[in-house]
Amino acid sequence: MAKRSAPEVNAGSMADIAFLLLIFFLVTTTIETDSGLNRKLPPIDDTEQEDVIIKEKNIFQLNVNKNNQLFLKTGGEEKIIKIKDLRKAAVAFLDNGGGTGLDACKRCQGSKNPRSSDNFDKAIISLQNDRATKYDTYIAVQNEIIAAYNELRNREFERSFPNLGMSFVEADKRYADPRTSSAEKANLKEKLEEIKILIPQKFSEAEPKKSN
Amino acid sequence: MSKFKKKKGGEMPAVNTASLPDIVFMLLFFFMVATVMRQNTLMIDNNLPFADQVEKLDKKDLVMYIYAGKPSSNYKSTYGTEARIQLNDKFAEVSEIPAFIAAERASKREELIPFLTTALKVDSDANMGLVTDIKQELRKVNALKINYTTKKGNALQALKQ
Repeated sequence: MAKRSAPEVNAGSMADIAFLLLIFFLVTTTIETDSGLNRKLPPIDDTEQEDVIIKEKNIFQLNVNKNNQLFLKTGGEEKIIKIKDLRKAAVAFLDNGGGTGLDACKRCQGSKNPRSSDNFDKAIISLQNDRATKYDTYIAVQNEIIAAYNELRNREFERSFPNLGMSFVEADKRYADPRTSSAEKANLKEKLEEIKILIPQKFSEAEPKKSN
Repeated sequence: MSKFKKKKGGEMPAVNTASLPDIVFMLLFFFMVATVMRQNTLMIDNNLPFADQVEKLDKKDLVMYIYAGKPSSNYKSTYGTEARIQLNDKFAEVSEIPAFIAAERASKREELIPFLTTALKVDSDANMGLVTDIKQELRKVNALKINYTTKKGNALQALKQ
């Protein structure tokens, strides 16, 4: 008998299968970028430092206890505050502008309450939390405080540079974007710095207390 | 009937596509290999909290990840239910953080070290005590740029009160 050669497998659709896999991998690999709240920790300084005297009216003292409740001490009063009211309270405190003479705040639009903060530069937000505070509460508080700063920075940025047509946060995002040209970056950096100096984030975190 | 049909003239010979699968497979393998999914196998519950004032964390090669949370169900029997830290692929103590940071720094080029950011991926149920301990260790080794990694969303709504 004559040798019969094995029939050849049709490999024409192999390319299709491979393309299908290729497209699947191309689509499913999402290169996700994380996002979050950027903060800077204070460096450890061993040298004895003189205590700086800060007027009580310039401190917005927040305390989160182990039951995730918020205590606010500012302007001579102490009260329990809900997180949803925090942003408003922080903006009111930062924007108060109660200073007179040298401490007067030209750009503040607040109520000028003499018992609250003098100006943007003097106002300090202090946060203390308990070791048993839940992390999500802490993040929510941080978020609200950053939001308060951003709200004011947006306002002042738009007031200073109305022809730019963007807010501080948008400008900051644009500055961080690698696609932005270096000329625009230099331009933006100057403006961002100006606002950052005008409204510095003076946000101090005390080391937490131990709860029993 | 003639045994030999006369060939029609002028027809183009078909292009041989036999090597097409090879080319496509080559591309496929390239993509499969190049997309590094360097995600640590999480041994903890890692349900990140929500925040809306977020900034993007670009330049992944300049980020060091510290995970923290309760051990996930597979590891509960061995490691208990107290929130723990995970570095790379194993559970770690707070005291191991400086060594971890040093190792991460050693693997980067020297001029990039000041730009290194530590991303804290902490479970929303964790206590601040653990986070504070991590922060203290980071301060000791002068790794001051941190990022509380969160999901984008309304921080207040997600909060269980």
